[in-house]
Amino acid sequence: MAGNAVAQAGSALDSRRELARRPERSRGAAIARALWLFARRKPIGAISGLIVIAMLVMTLFAEQIAPYGYDETIRGARMKPPGAAHWLGTDNLSRDIWSRIVYGARVSITIGFATIALGTAAAAALGVSSGYFGGKYDLVVQRIVDAWMSFPYLVIILSVMAVLGPGLLNVVLSLSIIVAATGSRVIRGATIAVAQHAYVEAARAMGCGHARIVLRHILPNVAATIIILSTIGLGGIILAESALSFLGFGVPPPYPSWGSMLSGSGRTYMYRAPWMAVWPGVAISLAVFAFNMLGDALRDVLDPRLRGA
Amino acid sequence: MLRRYLAKRLVVAIPSLLIASLIVFTLPRLIPGDVVAMMLEEKAYAKDLEELRAKLGLDRPIYVQYFEWLGRAVAGDLGESLWTRRPVLEEIGQRLPITLELALLSLVVGILIAVPIGVIAAARQDTVQDYTFRSAAILGLSVPGFWLATLVIVLPAIWWGWRPLTGYVEIGKDVVGHITQMLLPAVILGIAFAAAMMRLTRGMLLEVLRQDYVRTAWSKGLRERVIILKHGLRNAIIPVITYIGTQLPQVIGGTVVIETIFGLPGMSRFLFDAINQRDYPVIQGVNLVVVSFIVAINLVVDALYAVLDPRIRY
Repeated sequence: MAGNAVAQAGSALDSRRELARRPERSRGAAIARALWLFARRKPIGAISGLIVIAMLVMTLFAEQIAPYGYDETIRGARMKPPGAAHWLGTDNLSRDIWSRIVYGARVSITIGFATIALGTAAAAALGVSSGYFGGKYDLVVQRIVDAWMSFPYLVIILSVMAVLGPGLLNVVLSLSIIVAATGSRVIRGATIAVAQHAYVEAARAMGCGHARIVLRHILPNVAATIIILSTIGLGGIILAESALSFLGFGVPPPYPSWGSMLSGSGRTYMYRAPWMAVWPGVAISLAVFAFNMLGDALRDVLDPRLRGA
Repeated sequence: MLRRYLAKRLVVAIPSLLIASLIVFTLPRLIPGDVVAMMLEEKAYAKDLEELRAKLGLDRPIYVQYFEWLGRAVAGDLGESLWTRRPVLEEIGQRLPITLELALLSLVVGILIAVPIGVIAAARQDTVQDYTFRSAAILGLSVPGFWLATLVIVLPAIWWGWRPLTGYVEIGKDVVGHITQMLLPAVILGIAFAAAMMRLTRGMLLEVLRQDYVRTAWSKGLRERVIILKHGLRNAIIPVITYIGTQLPQVIGGTVVIETIFGLPGMSRFLFDAINQRDYPVIQGVNLVVVSFIVAINLVVDALYAVLDPRIRY
C-alpha cells in the first residue's frame, strides 16, 4: 500500500514535471510555427526580416565581416571600379567601399533603434498622459505639439543639430523630438479610445489610482499601437539620418555613414567614380525598404484594423 | 456656419502661432557661435564687439528683442538680414515663389501618380497588379530623394553626355527652360509623396467599397467605373486630403536637399545658409512665413471638406 502511494505520488510528480516541461518545449515549437506561418503568409515580410537580421549581424560583427578597416587606405587602389578585389570598388582616399558600407550599417542601425526607443518612450509618456488626463493639460500639450508639427521636420532637426553640434547622440536626440511629437498624437488617440472602455471605469470604481490604471489597464492595451508605430517609424528615421549626414549635420568623419558617403567626395567624384555615389544609396534604400516591408507585414498580422494606415 | 467655424479655427490657430513664434525666435539664438564675432571678423562694421552688438540691437534683453520683433512681424516687417542689411521680407518674396512652385508641382505630380494607382490597386485587390503597385510604393518611400537626384544628374551624363541645366532659369526669360528645369526636381520630390498617398488612397477606398451603398450600386447594375469613381473615390478622398494638408510642411521641408542639389535659389537654401551664418532675422522670418503658410493651408483644407462632402456641416 505504502509503496503504491509512493509510486502514485512519484507518477504525479512526474506528470507535474512533464507539465512544467511541456510548455517550454511547446513554446519553442509555437514560436517556430508562428514564424513559419508568418513566412507563408507574408513572404516579402519574411525576406525583409532576414535583411534586417543580416543588417543587425553586420552591425555587431563589422570587424569580422569587413575585409578592411573603415578608414584604412589601400595602397594603389584609388577609385578602383567594383571587381573581385574590391566588391563595390574603392573611393578617392583608396578606401574599400564595401567595408565602409558594413561599418556604416552600425550608424544607421544604432541611430534607428536608439531614436525609436527614446522617441517612442517620450511619445508614449506624452500621448498616454494627454489622452488619459485630458482637460487643460491635454489642451496645452496638444497646442505645443501642433506648433512643433507645423514646422517642416528637416528645419527643426537642422536647427536642433545646429544648437547641439554634430555627433551620434545629438542626431538621436534631434530625431527623437520629431518621433515624440508625431507619435504622441497617435498614442493619444488610442488612449482616448481605450480609456472609454468599461473596465477602466470599473478599475476606477474599485479605487485604483491613476498610476495603476495607466500602467495595468491603459498601457497594455495601447501597446500594439506603440509597437507598430516603432517598426514603421524605423525606416523613416534611417532615411532622415542619411539626409542629415548628407547635409553635413550627422556623425562626423572619418566614421562612415551612408548619407555622408553620398555627399562630399561622393558627389565631387561622382562623374569619375559613380560607384562611390551608387552603393551607399543602394544600402539606404535596401535597409529602409526592409524595415518598411517588415513593419507593414507585422502590422497586418498584429493589428488588421490599421491596414493601410 | 462655415464662416463661423473658420473664424473659430482662426482664433484657435493664434496660440499655436504664438508658441511657434517663440520657438522660431529662441531656437536660432541657442545655436553656438556668436554672430557678432563672426561678422566682426569678416566685415569690419564697427570698432569692437560691443559697438557692433549695439548697432545690431543685439545688446538688449532677449524678451525686449522678442516683443519688438513680434510687434513688427504682425505689422508685416520682418527686419533686415544681419549680413546683407536687406529687408528679410523682400528676400523671402524673391525666393518663396520658387519653393512654393516646386512644392506645388511635386504635389501635383504626387497626386497624378498616387490617386489613379491607388484606385487601381484597390479595385484589383490582392492581384498581381495590386502587389506590384504596393511594393513599388514602399520602394518609393525607401529611396532617398537626394540619392535619386544625384543619380538623375550623374548617370545620363555618363551614359549619354546629357546634363540638366544648372543655374536658375527665370520663367519670364525662358518658359520651356524653366518648366523643364523644375520638372525633374518636382518628380523626385513627388515620388516619395506619391508613395504614401497611394497607400492611403488604396486603404480608404477599400474601406468604402465594403459599405452597403456600394453593394446597392452593384446590384443596381451600375458600371464598375461609376461605382468606383463616383460612389467610392468621392467618399474615400477626405482622409487623403487631410493627409496632403499634414504633409505640406514636409514637402516644403523636403525641398532643402533638392534645392541644394539642383542649385535652385529657393527659400530652403536661403534658410540653410542663414542657419550656418547665424543670421537670426532671416531664420526667424523664413520659419515664421512657412509656419503661417502651413496654418493657413490647413484652414483651407478644413474648408474643403465641406465642399467635398455635403454631410459635413460646421
